[in-house]
Amino acid sequence: MSWKRAGLAMLVGIPVLMLFAYGMSRGDPRLIPSPLVGLPAPGFELPVMAMATTPAGEDVTGEVVRLSDHKGEVVVVNFFASWCVPCRLEHAGLTRTARRYADRGVQFYGIVYQDTPAAIRSYIRQLGGQSYPSLLDPDQRMAIDWGLAGVPETFFVGKDGTVRKKIFSAVTEQELVAEIEALLAEPAPAAMPEATPEVTF
Amino acid sequence: MKRVMMVLAVMVASASVVGAQEAEQEGFYLGNGALEDPVLEARAMNLASRLQCPVCQGQSIHASPSPIAQQMKDLIRGQVAEGYTDEQVRAYFVSRYGEWVLLEPKAAGFNLLVYILPALGLLLGAGLIVMMVRRWSAVGAAPTGHDS
Repeated sequence: MSWKRAGLAMLVGIPVLMLFAYGMSRGDPRLIPSPLVGLPAPGFELPVMAMATTPAGEDVTGEVVRLSDHKGEVVVVNFFASWCVPCRLEHAGLTRTARRYADRGVQFYGIVYQDTPAAIRSYIRQLGGQSYPSLLDPDQRMAIDWGLAGVPETFFVGKDGTVRKKIFSAVTEQELVAEIEALLAEPAPAAMPEATPEVTF
Repeated sequence: MKRVMMVLAVMVASASVVGAQEAEQEGFYLGNGALEDPVLEARAMNLASRLQCPVCQGQSIHASPSPIAQQMKDLIRGQVAEGYTDEQVRAYFVSRYGEWVLLEPKAAGFNLLVYILPALGLLLGAGLIVMMVRRWSAVGAAPTGHDS
């Protein structure tokens, strides 16, 4: 009888525990693969942050960047903030890799997430500079459009304009190089897909 | 080892979320405020209460005070005002964040278990109670050998 009871308890208990474990494992959005991978990257149009306030007191250079400016190129999009600890760890690797591939058709962009231009400027100076532009996303529309769940997150866009990979938390130089080399090795696409439309409200 | 690194990474990233909340206290964006049309506003907030906030797990966009949730609320307001149906708004968030963003999972595939299991449990429990009551009443009705 007691064996029967133990068997019954296991029969009920084990599936419940398995379900519980499954539920826990899918609780963290940062560990879930982005649904954007394999799809055309959402378009963006953002102002470039100025590394010094302009005479008019503005934080932007006046230049505006669009993803569509980079058709046929590899684009690395890194969301970051000055208050984010792992962002500091990856910064030197991002800057070195961006410089290394600058003339090989690879464009890096840093997207400022929930931060002020003043704080970002002092963060970049503190870390010895940045070899690629920072773009301002004050209403976080690009962050939402790209399904951001925290910083840092790094997205790789292939020559064909599709999102190929998302790395959550600090990206290493080896990861950057490996992914960029793989994307550069691909043939240039004959026709570009239409970008996933950005949301403008 | 990989798992330990993963847990550490999540902990560090969580610290970043706390940083964001501190940044918010320093005068960051807190949302545009309600739509003028109360019906549309109610629809937008109903949608926001059924979508998961990505930086604060277990909380809806509606309940979360985080700046990105405020921005998401504004985005939903914009979509609703623009004429999006509820399904279109949900589809937009699922296309960006995945099914995870829905606080109520769709009743399809593996998710069906969430809907079937409670009903199954209820049925099993009811069956068990009926069985026990029958057994008890059978025992109660059985002659005990004593005179009453």
